[in-house]
Amino acid sequence: MVEKGIGAAVPRKEDHRFITGRGRYTDDINLPGQTHAVFVRSPHAHARIRSIAKEGALAVPGVIAVFTGADAQADGLGGLICGWMVKSKDGSDMKAAPHPVLAVDRVRYVGDPVAVVIAETLQQARDGAEALEIDYEELPAVAAVDAAHDGPLVHDEVPNNLIYDWELGDAAAVDEAFARAARVVTQEHIQNRLVPNALEPRAAIGVYDTGTEEFTLYLTSQNPHVHRLVMSAFVAVAPEHKLRVVAPDVGGGFGSKIFIYNEECVVTWASRKIGGRPVKWREERSEAFLCDAHGRDHVTKAELALDEDGNFLALRVTTKANLGAYMSTFSSAVPTYLYATLLAGQYKTPAIHANVKAYYTNTTPVDAYRGAGRPEASFLLETLIDKAARELGMDPAELRRKNFIPKDAFPYQTPVALTYDTGDYEATLDRALELADYEGFPARKAEAAKRGKLRGIGLSCYIEACGIAPSQVAISLGAGVGLWESARIRCTHTGKVQVLTGAHSHGQGHETTFSQLVAERLGVPYEDVEVIHGDTASTPIGMGTYGSRSLAVGGEAIMKACDKIIAKGAKIAAHLLEASEADIEFEAGVYRVKGTDKQKTIQEVIFTAYVPASYPEGVEPGMDESAFFDPPNFTYPAGTYVCEVEVDPDTGTVAIEKFVAVDDFGRVINPMVVEGQVHGGLAQGIGQALLEGAVYDETGQLLTGSYMDYCMPRADDLPSFEVHTSPGTPTATNSMGVKGCGEAGAIGAPAAVINALTDAIGQRVEMPATPERIWRAVRASAMPQAAE
Amino acid sequence: MPTVTMTVNGKQVSGEVEPRTLLVEFLREGLGLTGTHVGCDTSQCGCCVVHVDGRSVKACTMLAVQAEGAEVTTIEGLAADGSLHPLQQAFHENHGLQCGFCTPGMIMSSLELLQRNPDPSEAEVREWLEGNLCRCTGYHNIVKSVLAAAAAMRGAARAAE
Repeated sequence: MVEKGIGAAVPRKEDHRFITGRGRYTDDINLPGQTHAVFVRSPHAHARIRSIAKEGALAVPGVIAVFTGADAQADGLGGLICGWMVKSKDGSDMKAAPHPVLAVDRVRYVGDPVAVVIAETLQQARDGAEALEIDYEELPAVAAVDAAHDGPLVHDEVPNNLIYDWELGDAAAVDEAFARAARVVTQEHIQNRLVPNALEPRAAIGVYDTGTEEFTLYLTSQNPHVHRLVMSAFVAVAPEHKLRVVAPDVGGGFGSKIFIYNEECVVTWASRKIGGRPVKWREERSEAFLCDAHGRDHVTKAELALDEDGNFLALRVTTKANLGAYMSTFSSAVPTYLYATLLAGQYKTPAIHANVKAYYTNTTPVDAYRGAGRPEASFLLETLIDKAARELGMDPAELRRKNFIPKDAFPYQTPVALTYDTGDYEATLDRALELADYEGFPARKAEAAKRGKLRGIGLSCYIEACGIAPSQVAISLGAGVGLWESARIRCTHTGKVQVLTGAHSHGQGHETTFSQLVAERLGVPYEDVEVIHGDTASTPIGMGTYGSRSLAVGGEAIMKACDKIIAKGAKIAAHLLEASEADIEFEAGVYRVKGTDKQKTIQEVIFTAYVPASYPEGVEPGMDESAFFDPPNFTYPAGTYVCEVEVDPDTGTVAIEKFVAVDDFGRVINPMVVEGQVHGGLAQGIGQALLEGAVYDETGQLLTGSYMDYCMPRADDLPSFEVHTSPGTPTATNSMGVKGCGEAGAIGAPAAVINALTDAIGQRVEMPATPERIWRAVRASAMPQAAE
Repeated sequence: MPTVTMTVNGKQVSGEVEPRTLLVEFLREGLGLTGTHVGCDTSQCGCCVVHVDGRSVKACTMLAVQAEGAEVTTIEGLAADGSLHPLQQAFHENHGLQCGFCTPGMIMSSLELLQRNPDPSEAEVREWLEGNLCRCTGYHNIVKSVLAAAAAMRGAARAAE
């Protein structure tokens, strides 16, 4: 193995700039002649704009310009789009209403941008925004998805606010199975709405060069090429080849920085309108709460049919999904293809049917947030199975084991469209139970009871589909783009290697992990590899980072480009060594004539490619190769999480005493980075279960609009985690055998926590399971007559 | 506009500021020290923690004029003569950061903890960092980093004795 190659826990090469304060985030960039933008946003969830008077704002010292939706429209600016077409079960297209970059005539959620004020300084822009007069006529609003069907219309052209009424699976087979079931277990639950809260607020700086007529946008983006595509093809800010999008250091994304938002389109356009001075915008945290796409927000009914032995016969699911006031970039796919397709979980349930109705409401748009659809599916299944175990009087681990897809059944076709390629669910379950000392739990529960505490243990056996995505599959299901990934390997005269990737790192450690891959494959020192990402001017067109795809898709593109380098080098080496190409072998950075000690290092071969004094005929000079990779299938990471909690019945507070995660990610490139990804995912999953929830009042005002009101997990809310990544079953979907690890924690953790809590107090409470909810539940069960 | 003078990372600086200018704005925009970050507007996130006269302070809750005459240390001033501070080294070795945005605040906050308590327990570290949010790491490796730095600093102190 190469030092610092695959499998080594190499500390990250990107760390140095961050720990010394030399990171370069969008807000750290200041350009000569820069102006500042402040967006004026709707204070109402739903209103008609009667008039906008710019005069007051324009009179504020330092204010340069004020633009409204009418200005944008008059200038030919288009609207934002949802890039995934979902069709209703009657075959009709989803009802995507227009989404102007600045509101025209109507505002549809609190925070909907109405105008932008541009000034010499940020303070002057703020003062200008204060002075802008907008006359609104308030309209009735709807915030809750349950009220959407019969609520006031968010978009007049969308009856019942119903965007689509979609289904997946065989309804007749499910009905038949329910008719002969010995037992049916039913659960209704809420998937709480979450606010992503990457610590770096979104920011954008748009610059128009009046000489070259080129636009540059510095942006907090997970996928700069996707931004460029949508902003040119749909919003018509600039032709695609005249727009450069740079995503420098980005401070976390979790999905929220995938999407194409109003503000980046407006500042880029506005720079041209004001004659080419840069226009800078950075959101306040309170804007982030209102305007960054939220996650989850489902209301679901799920029914599981079982035979008398506890075998799963069928699953029936109906879900209402809240998509907010406008359809965000990938919003349509989240409660459909990223959700219902995962409802088989790790189980051989033969018949599954899901019906999903997606609605508009007067709330912030909802889109993919870490896990995106898969946490919702996993929570549904894993809490429902626990309920079944309780009703059957079976051990939850044994009920799961009984219904697992056996390890010799792969590839396994589920009844909900996916084909799982590899897995060994019993192995991860067994390891997790052992590490959690599942057997010893009753003694710990008894000991806790002596102290007056309620102790519970909960399991979650999650699965996810990652490595998004095989393009033909995604496009056949409605995706508007291919989801391959790209890479370019550019070697230099001196044998150094630059890796240009279409993926984007915003905390995932690509600069380290990708360097390890290249060091291993090309046999060059890890230190000689540089990873470049995040600039459409230098990197090949790529689809960016989300859906745990960077390594499984982007990493494989890098591997393929390395292989082209190695193949070209073999021709050059054969020439230099006066051997036939067929006799050349390559290992650990050295080309050798088989069976001899005649050899050339890859650095010597690269040098020859650039200084071709003696060179094979017909071979181009240079060592610079590109590759694209489109995966043949998704990857299917899976695992078992075990959570143990202790509840204080007097206060309703929960302490997580132990959390064990055993994940099958296939092959692991950098275990330290992978474990870090799991830790972060677990924190978000535990946050969803116990702390976080976006709350709207019935008029559509967001009540949890700051860190004072929205409970982010803090260091003292969380335990240390026990994270293990073996035993793993490598996938054959890519040559590395990797499956992806970025979302697992957020997918698997909520059910483990809630199942543990339910085990402790005897009933399930809705997420977030706050101390108040738990206290009320404990009191109600302790005094049933008082509760009635 | 009032002029403010202070010592930042050992160097005396002065500049004209509006009375409403926050210390973090003065550091970032006035001095170009962009390692101190702004992550919220309610003094909750802790991304902007710096040291003012030896105490950790959220630089978004203090006006620049209040720092008149003060000794200010930011993340850029922590690595003395080019070698990393044990906290910086520990965050690197223990993967105590991912996106890096909260990291300067985490390190500057932890610095005061270790100045006050050279041998904190895991629970004490977690409690101290209650005012610093991180969305990436689940705090696991941050806590591990602070404990590792504490051990390294105790070792160095013993060696110096």
